Amino acid sequence: MKKQPPLLVSQSSEGFNVMVRGKWVKESIQLLQGTFTTLTCKPHASYRFDLSGIETFDTHGIMLLLYHIKKLEKEQCIVHTTGASDTFKTLFSICETHYPHEVPRPKKERMVLSFLENVGRTMVEGYKTLASFFSFTGELSHAISALFFKPANIRLKATLYHIEQSGAGAIPIILLTSFLIGVVIAYQGAAQLEKFGANIFIVEMITISAVRELAPLLTAIVVAGRSASSYTAQIGVMKLTDEIDAMSSMGFSPWNFLVLPRLFALIISLPLLVFFADVVSIFGGMVIASTRLDVSFVEFIDRIKETVALKHLIIGLVKAPIFGCIIATIGCFRGFQITSNTESVGKYTTISVVNAIFWVIAMDAIISVFLTELKL
Amino acid sequence: MKNGTLIEAKDVITRFGRHTIHDGVSFSIAKGEIFGLLGGSGSGKTTLLREMILLQKISEGSITILGTNVTTTSFKMAECLRRQWGVLFQFGALFTSLTILENVSIAMKEYTNLPDWLIEKSALMKLSMVGLPPKVATMYPSELSGGMKKRAALARALALDPKLLFLDEPTSGLDPQSARAFDELIVTLRDTLGITVVMVTHDKETIAHVLDRFIILGDKKVLFEGTMASLKETRNEALKNFLS
Repeated sequence: MKKQPPLLVSQSSEGFNVMVRGKWVKESIQLLQGTFTTLTCKPHASYRFDLSGIETFDTHGIMLLLYHIKKLEKEQCIVHTTGASDTFKTLFSICETHYPHEVPRPKKERMVLSFLENVGRTMVEGYKTLASFFSFTGELSHAISALFFKPANIRLKATLYHIEQSGAGAIPIILLTSFLIGVVIAYQGAAQLEKFGANIFIVEMITISAVRELAPLLTAIVVAGRSASSYTAQIGVMKLTDEIDAMSSMGFSPWNFLVLPRLFALIISLPLLVFFADVVSIFGGMVIASTRLDVSFVEFIDRIKETVALKHLIIGLVKAPIFGCIIATIGCFRGFQITSNTESVGKYTTISVVNAIFWVIAMDAIISVFLTELKL
Repeated sequence: MKNGTLIEAKDVITRFGRHTIHDGVSFSIAKGEIFGLLGGSGSGKTTLLREMILLQKISEGSITILGTNVTTTSFKMAECLRRQWGVLFQFGALFTSLTILENVSIAMKEYTNLPDWLIEKSALMKLSMVGLPPKVATMYPSELSGGMKKRAALARALALDPKLLFLDEPTSGLDPQSARAFDELIVTLRDTLGITVVMVTHDKETIAHVLDRFIILGDKKVLFEGTMASLKETRNEALKNFLS
């Protein structure tokens, strides 16, 4: 049997007769689309569509047919359809009533205007974020001060849980990185100090740089990467699933339940982590000093006692809770900013880690300048 | 399998650990039927639905859909099956990072060679069919209310004109008027496109006026299978009271 084209157009005295046949389904849509080239559109002519030959159909086939019928009608053609089966008629009329006449398009943007609009939007959003961050820290300090009058409201269990998760969980990676940092400084220092025969100064070099700057900074950066992200994601997902609204409606303060335990956990655990990091990075330096520079462990430790002031260690340990406070505040703040869609979880988690690391480093610089001015 | 049977479940047993959800559930759904899965909360209706759409494995027994045994099917056959049905999840489950129009047209874009303008027109037509105004097309799911999300999700489920439609509580969360319009739409689609509909529902009106046949799950088994009329004749008072 010869395959018949799905559309057969013939001309009579009254106008055009169009035979519609075959399978009008999505699988054959390209074939169907091609045959419409045989249908020429003549304004004010009359078209008679004979639909009796249609075997199968779906909404896509009907939409294609409808589109071309609408196009003819636009040219003031008179269009009749005959011979359609009842089911076809029903679906056809449904499709016709719901035929989209205008396609909503997003407004076209002009280059310069959209650039200016973006600049403006970014600035306004920046301002809004700043304002909401201030309001967040304000509410946070209010929540903390409220605890002074009612210390029973401290969620001890949650705090311990977060100390375990964010503090104890970070120990292995912090030990490893700080050991390696000690090794690296010692190697670099050894190469320079050997030239002057000033081997013993490796002790001050490693100890002061590690306990005062590198160990606190490194620990804070590792914790920011681990915990700022997890705090943001946890709180954000709780917001998405309305858990935070549920808490508030039951009269549980999200501050006491979510934010403060995380804040206290980091404030408590960071100094401890920094102390670990101090010890291990010095140990890493000692290993290299004894192998490369013949400074034995005993000599090294004696020299620390003689020449390295305690203030360096204290300065390093004092910085730690400040960093912890920054990380927890930013992590929680960004978590509360997450709204509506799942994509924003990823977006704000990234922002939160980047912010936390940046502000840790910035705060470290500020403290350095401040302490230098104080001659400490 | 009898001729004209689209879905057949035989002695389905589902266990989560030690917890048994289904203990020998059997039923069959004919082509062109609107079939309901009913039962109290926790009776495993949604689990059964998820098993039919290959989201969950059954522990024992078999489910045959469109002639394919889903428990033993190959990866390729499963892919093929998935394109033949549309699923409406209870809370819509629209892709939040795509607009409504993109949500509806994504399956057409991936699986058919329809030209772009036709995809757009078809998608807009489907949106209008489920009762959404054209302006929602460019909006994101987060900007819509729960009921509107549900309709958009139905439009997405209908995008490819599936042979089989799985609906998980389609009318819950809709106002009564839209719920009836929804029912009407389902019946029209069945009558015109000849699709088979399987739905989990609690809506009394839907059960009475839309479902051709249904099963009532309870006690890990099928307590009843049949039509509304035969349920009224049953002697079992507990079952009778289930719907009143």
